[in-house]
Amino acid sequence: DDKLLTEPLSHPDFFSVKELFTLKDLFDARVHLGHKKGCRHRFMEPYIFGCRLDHDIIDLDQTMQHLQLALNFTAHVAYRGGIILFVSRRRQFCHLVESTARACGEYAHTRYWQGGLLTNARIQFGPGVRLPNLLVFLSTLNNVFEPHVAIRDAAKMNIPTVGVVDTNCNPCLITYPIPGNDDSPAAVELYCKLFRMTIIRAKDKRRQSEAVEELR
Amino acid sequence: TLRLICTTTAVQRKNVGASGPEKYTEAFIKKQIEEFNLGKRHLANMMGEDPETFTQEDIDRAIAYLFPSGLFDKQARPVMKHPTEIFPEQRKIQWGEDGRPFHFLFYTGKQSYYSLMHETYEKLLNVQKHQDQLIAQDLPLQKEKRNLAGSRWLTKIELEEMLLEKVSDDDYSRFIKLLQKLVALPCADIEEKYIQKFSKEVPMQLQKVVIEPLQHDKRGVAFSTGEGKRKTARATAVVYDSGTGKITVNGIDILHYFPVLQDREQLLFPFQFLGRIGKHDMVCTVSGGGRSAQAGAIRLASAKALRSFVTEKEVEFMRQAGLLTVDPRVKERKKPGQEGPRRKFTWKKR
Repeated sequence: DDKLLTEPLSHPDFFSVKELFTLKDLFDARVHLGHKKGCRHRFMEPYIFGCRLDHDIIDLDQTMQHLQLALNFTAHVAYRGGIILFVSRRRQFCHLVESTARACGEYAHTRYWQGGLLTNARIQFGPGVRLPNLLVFLSTLNNVFEPHVAIRDAAKMNIPTVGVVDTNCNPCLITYPIPGNDDSPAAVELYCKLFRMTIIRAKDKRRQSEAVEELR
Repeated sequence: TLRLICTTTAVQRKNVGASGPEKYTEAFIKKQIEEFNLGKRHLANMMGEDPETFTQEDIDRAIAYLFPSGLFDKQARPVMKHPTEIFPEQRKIQWGEDGRPFHFLFYTGKQSYYSLMHETYEKLLNVQKHQDQLIAQDLPLQKEKRNLAGSRWLTKIELEEMLLEKVSDDDYSRFIKLLQKLVALPCADIEEKYIQKFSKEVPMQLQKVVIEPLQHDKRGVAFSTGEGKRKTARATAVVYDSGTGKITVNGIDILHYFPVLQDREQLLFPFQFLGRIGKHDMVCTVSGGGRSAQAGAIRLASAKALRSFVTEKEVEFMRQAGLLTVDPRVKERKKPGQEGPRRKFTWKKR
């Protein structure tokens, strides 16, 4: 059992996450498109490649690195049987995110976030609740264009976060930010597809390793 | 939120299944079921009957015999029922042994409500996709109108019972709006089965009053009868078709029976409305009430009788004029502490 858990950590890319996407895929899904210069957040400046006619362009090389790290991390969490919670407050993609979560066998929360969900979980749900081990944000802002409360709550409860940060978002408290577009349907569908594939791959590998262990 | 003041007990009934985290564990309910079965057999032995064929009605009768109770409220009397009927269906623990919740929307807090919204939205998307396919193939969109008049959506309490969790007013109105949006689409017939889960039939109170056909008496004259009431007066009128506008009340001519002009006007109003003043003969009987009440009663009776002589449109006109409606006003009772129904006693400062 110990060997099962420590073996993936020795490889840099145990789940071969790099094969899932290429730069061209990201470009075709319009991930590099940001908001206008006026909407730019100060802390997103390192991730921005440039600005053309007031439109910000996100640096896809950095996005590739960040995305690889984030997907690798989610795969490890899923391999160890962790609870992953998909969060997004975009009404357009609410249904898509929920169906992705259902397909992976993980959980989703694309509705109004009640205040004490993470911090007051004992009282809201019951004494023996298990909190999520990873939060994945498909959009870090809520409907009023402010940072989602869950980022701060997860930081308070020591839960790591993976989040797609757009040019108007604050990447501060997110452990694995992914600079990229969160408004186009094509981009969000790409992210959902990538997360779904990584989680399913990680779970399959876990089942295979357990079967191999049992055979010995 | 509006607080209901005058409502039936059915509306104010609390949904126990939705309140708070579970109070009964599965093991507890299983134990209760075992105890119930054992107790049933003991009771059968006590009553001298066969334990195998002891039904719920026998149990009720036995309990009523062994524990006679003079309490008025039936629900306060001793009762022995199957635990599933006594302990309302409540939600059991939502996660498995390893701690992972069963439902994928568990962390939202209102999992059943949001999963319902998710499913309904999925149906909406399906219908839209189907619609797009039909448009792409240039086929006509079906427009079979769903009968909205005979059905209503589930009430908030019924929805709470279905979902076993509390639903707020905003959530409920959102759900209803989504359903209405789904129903409004032209190709919504595909999801008819799903929609029917949330709509209920309203028993239509079609009180189509049957207009009696004309009867003919010995001389061949067409006539029809009608009954009317006003305050305490009851009247029956027989309207003949022949001619001269003679009206007889209790065997007395109206000029002698109703000396006051106002009462005679009331009698003639239906005929004047239809423009048939000189064309009909009337014989009526009336009892009870006072002068004005009797006049009103005869007016209603004659209007009801005239329905048989007249087209449906004119019947509708009469109904809208108020000739066919029973006047519900009666004398209001006197209340204690007051001099009359509304008049209070004179207020004296000292």
